[in-house]
Amino acid sequence: MNVLSPTAEALGYLVAAVCFILALKGLSSPATARRGNLIGAGGAVLACVVVFLAEDLDHMAWILVAIAVGTGLGVPAARRVAMTQMPQLVALFNGVGGAAAALVAALELTGTVRIPGTRLELPSLAAHAQGTFVAYSQHGTVSVTATSSTYIAAAAGAFTVLVGAVSFAGSVITFAKLQELMTTRPVVFPGGPLLMASTTVAAVGVAVGVVVDAHDSRVHPWLLVLLAVLALAVGVLFVLPVGGADVPIVISLLNAFTGLAVAASGYVLDNVLLLVAGTLVGASGTILTRMMAAAMGRSTASILFGAFKGGSTAGSTQVSDRPVRSSTAEDVAILLAYARKVVIVPGYGLAVAQAQHTIHELAEVLEAKGVQVIYGIHPVAGRMPGHMNVLLAEANVPYEQLKEMDEANSELPSTDVALVVGANDVVNPAADTSPGSPIYGMPILHVGEATAVVFLKRSMRPGFSGIENELLYAPGTTLLFGDAKESLTKVLQSLKTL
Amino acid sequence: MSNGTTMLTYFVLAVFVGFEVVSKVSSVLHTPLMSGANAIHGVILVGAIIVAGHAHSNFALAIGLLAVVLATVNMVGGFVVTDRMLEMFVRKPPKADVAKDEK
Repeated sequence: MNVLSPTAEALGYLVAAVCFILALKGLSSPATARRGNLIGAGGAVLACVVVFLAEDLDHMAWILVAIAVGTGLGVPAARRVAMTQMPQLVALFNGVGGAAAALVAALELTGTVRIPGTRLELPSLAAHAQGTFVAYSQHGTVSVTATSSTYIAAAAGAFTVLVGAVSFAGSVITFAKLQELMTTRPVVFPGGPLLMASTTVAAVGVAVGVVVDAHDSRVHPWLLVLLAVLALAVGVLFVLPVGGADVPIVISLLNAFTGLAVAASGYVLDNVLLLVAGTLVGASGTILTRMMAAAMGRSTASILFGAFKGGSTAGSTQVSDRPVRSSTAEDVAILLAYARKVVIVPGYGLAVAQAQHTIHELAEVLEAKGVQVIYGIHPVAGRMPGHMNVLLAEANVPYEQLKEMDEANSELPSTDVALVVGANDVVNPAADTSPGSPIYGMPILHVGEATAVVFLKRSMRPGFSGIENELLYAPGTTLLFGDAKESLTKVLQSLKTL
Repeated sequence: MSNGTTMLTYFVLAVFVGFEVVSKVSSVLHTPLMSGANAIHGVILVGAIIVAGHAHSNFALAIGLLAVVLATVNMVGGFVVTDRMLEMFVRKPPKADVAKDEK
């Protein structure tokens, strides 16, 4: 349909862009986050309505079917996903977005679609100047001399294909890691860095070839296929060496990548909204990545290239068979009931076992017995930042009982029992004491300062990052093995009978 | 068609806005913010619609429609999953309930 004037179209896109800015702004504060997200969704819907009304589109029915299919795939996935699996779903959504951007740019570059008024449609430049739009339908037949504008557009297109494909492949690997379809450890192999470097150089070389090939304002399709394949390989090699708790940070980085790919596709298609929205995500995603990395006490560079610097997994691999003190639910109940102050440190195990309601009930029973209970929340406990806050809020745990890391750490020395439920790396003293360890430098909760520490664990298996925890062997530590929910239920039953 | 310098201007301004809007955010909101930003780049759907709507061969149409499907999954799924994350922890009433219980 062609019912919107170019001015109305531009204004519509402007409103959508403002919506996206307000969405990001809103998402930065707990009070406005949900509204912010809805504003963003509103902006996205508006953008789609505008494009339908403003552009002269063929295949309308097919496009609507495709949107229906996409909605049919995306909504149930987003609705049904378990809390624990949200990070990998976000990774997957990010990946398909990157793939979409790459496909869009590839189609435009090869000239298999011809969109009036874009930079690769050179004959139209002259027509545009004369104020006539008739020439648009006669694409391809006119002999063309490329201008710098064509080459820049081709470069932006090559960038989109390259970065979009890297983001897609990288996101699929992070998905596989978080879903535990493959090992969660860093995958490092001899020659890996060299392979990564040479593949990247090759991909950039082909990208340059794409730009050169754009002299007749269309690029050979096989060149783009080659570029995409190399970029996919780069994406895989890029994410494989990243392990453990660093994976969410990489998702954030790939998210920023997709944003930039979308921005570049906006340049190719001469669409201001895509340019602005993509850039917003690229920029805010970069900042967010840095903030996430800072919350874990790392630099982004060390996450990305740490694993390349040669297997710094000191003290990680072997699970030793040193003796530990394991205990029964009854003993743990007694320990808790006669404490004055208990700090609960939740982790991924709590999320996996869906034990958030049980832990809340346990805390309430303890409080009824006059025990002071607080939760020590590590910013990256679980598999994504804020995971524990979300989980415990779901169980209606009062907000004021949730203490952030610094506050919890100042409470711990005066704590009688630290109850660690399914957490490991975030309380691992190796982060303080063992410079060779992959988690060295990450701020942790110092549960060792409490008089007694109780670990609820499934097994002696080390945490997500694969590092053994010395604290498990400390004299003040008691272990209760089993699924977090079952263990907590047993402790709860014993508590009630005390 | 806007010229290259105008596009560059938009780009640079958007970079600064993007930096600015998320400069102060608590770690609790990192994941929903990432997910929300992820949904926003689903706006590539607009590009996918334009490309599919101008396809001149069945092959191009197929690729274009594939892009539309993928972009829709990114956008719609992204906003829904972000909403679900936020729905769980932007919930204030329990606070009041518990305060009452304690008294």
